[in-house]
Amino acid sequence: MNVEQKIIFSEQTLALVRKIVSHYPDGKQKSALLPVLHIAQAEFGGWLSVPVMDYVASLLNLLPVEVYEVVTFYSMFNTKPVGNCIIEICRTGPCWLCGADEIISHLENKLKIKAGETTPDGRFTLKLVECLADCGNAPVIQVGWDYYGNMSKAKMDEMIENFEKNHVVSHKNPYVL
Amino acid sequence: MEKKILLANIETPDFGRFDTFRKLGGYVAVEKAMKTMTSGNVVDEVKKSGLRGRGGAGFPTGMKWSFIDKSTNNPRYLLCNADESEPGTFKDHYLILKNPHLLIEGIILSSYALGANTSYIFFRGEWFYLMKILEQAIEEAYTNGFLGKNILGTNYSLDLYCHPSGGAYICGEETALIEALEGKRGNPRSKPPFPAVKGLYGNPTVINNVETIASIPWIINHGGDEYAKIGIGKSTGTKLISACGHINKPGVYEIEMGLPVKEFIYSDEYLGGIKNGKKLKAVIAGGSSVPILPADLILKTSKGEPRLLSYESLSDGGFETGTMLGSGGFIVMDETTCIVHSLLNYTRFYHHESCGQCSPCREGTVWMEKILHRIEYGEGKMNDINLLADIAKHIEGNTICPLGEAAAWPVRSTILHFREEFEEHVKNKKCNI
Ligand SMILES: Cc1cc2nc3c(=O)[nH]c(=O)nc-3n(C[C@H](O)[C@H](O)[C@H](O)COP(=O)(O)O)c2cc1C
Ligand code: SF4
Ligand code: FES
Repeated sequence: MNVEQKIIFSEQTLALVRKIVSHYPDGKQKSALLPVLHIAQAEFGGWLSVPVMDYVASLLNLLPVEVYEVVTFYSMFNTKPVGNCIIEICRTGPCWLCGADEIISHLENKLKIKAGETTPDGRFTLKLVECLADCGNAPVIQVGWDYYGNMSKAKMDEMIENFEKNHVVSHKNPYVL
Repeated sequence: MEKKILLANIETPDFGRFDTFRKLGGYVAVEKAMKTMTSGNVVDEVKKSGLRGRGGAGFPTGMKWSFIDKSTNNPRYLLCNADESEPGTFKDHYLILKNPHLLIEGIILSSYALGANTSYIFFRGEWFYLMKILEQAIEEAYTNGFLGKNILGTNYSLDLYCHPSGGAYICGEETALIEALEGKRGNPRSKPPFPAVKGLYGNPTVINNVETIASIPWIINHGGDEYAKIGIGKSTGTKLISACGHINKPGVYEIEMGLPVKEFIYSDEYLGGIKNGKKLKAVIAGGSSVPILPADLILKTSKGEPRLLSYESLSDGGFETGTMLGSGGFIVMDETTCIVHSLLNYTRFYHHESCGQCSPCREGTVWMEKILHRIEYGEGKMNDINLLADIAKHIEGNTICPLGEAAAWPVRSTILHFREEFEEHVKNKKCNI
């Protein structure tokens, strides 16, 4: 993300946040924390910096620490900068049975990074995740909000090429898909 | 055994849209309940049906509903548990994708039975694409008067919202789910108080699994007694089984309770046998937390009777020779699978997902993973095997929530049934697979 980017939601996004807050009883706006964090992560470069978390805290009238402790608990929230396109590979039992390890090492070799790292050009991040509840299509990966099943090396190569060509950015506001 | 309750009509084009669903009998159960039944009548039918929770624990649904505290005027909540994160389980995913309106119809009926005027679908955060499907269906239900104020002109009102999690297996546990919904870390609460008395925002709350709730419309349409005729013994009705691993036809199957495991694995109607003509080695029958069984014991009980897909038959033999129906996540492993490596994978998972509140779970899962790692990679010692079983034993019963057991059972059962494979790893100082 551009470091100069102002940490403030658009009017449209603020309206969305107000709508989400209205789903909970008066005074229980803290319930909107997970939904708003998903939105903030998507809008501010795919990860949650301290200033972004502070902004979310101010929006929901929370102490910053109430946001930090939540962000660090949930695996979908990234606390370090990420690439434009995060490839999340399921590594749990059923996907492992069906060849997830091969997909992981293939991607590590192809992108010349280890799982958890980002390519130097900031294009791709590899992230290992746990069972995505799609084990019938193992091995499974997720990119953005899309699931891809029955992955093979060839299919992976094709997808990477496609992501590169189309400059695919994986973080999108999930409420305006 | 063609009995479809949850997956009936799903191949009809546009079945996920209100008009099609309605034409094929959708929301008739809501009309019936609102016009001819009290909330108590709905609870009674569900009790009669014998329906048991499909989230994993198998607790009778009607009984759970009757525990909700109606003694105060505090708001009551129904929370639909769509966190589905138990490895090997993907039935709720499929059900929501194919039949979103059935879930909503079930939520309306269940909320009506409980006297809840607000309900949330708590879905795993990776599933925003499913939230789109659900939100479209919810909007259609509002437009057609099945949600919102004064449903069908009665004085019953219900609002329904979707709420995402953030990626944490533990939030499927009902009290962790409530914490997450309140915007906190997903640390399970000590019980009592139970959610039925003090749940969301301290108010009476019932948490039910997606599949449980989706079974309610059929029960209301046909009566609890009719539902109880389906299945076998105390395992009434149908069950979604999500099957994966080394099989020819992975996927989600709606089976009538009581289907023989052998038929399920080998018949072309179901899994179509083991992939590439290999031999069956082991099955984890109810999601990764339940005890693993070797081929002979999953096909037949220790008494030599055919093993059936039902709560009772799967648990026949107890921990020694049985397992559990659990969530219905059916993981099949062929003869080429290294059972130690498989266990290492799940143990790593439970270590990663432990919320860290209780030391037996937090520390025990770390140690079990470390020891398994050294056995798998040729650095294990013979007494590591007993040490592993011992650590597992010390987790069981000593934690706030059942994740402790979920981590311990796979370890103890794998050693119980496959001890020689652990010994071979130690002797050969490597994995031979
Ligand atoms: C660690 C853990 C994870 C769980 N995950 C889920 C889940 O993803 N979905 C679910 O319905 N129940 C899950 N459960 C069970 C719930 O706590 C609860 O029993 C269930 O949602 C109740 O619904 P039911 O009675 O309809 O089955 C989990 C339990 C534990 C201990
Ligand atoms: S058993 Fe594990 S997951 Fe459950 S509360 Fe204790 S530490 Fe947390
Ligand atoms: S193990 Fe990968 S989707 Fe379940």
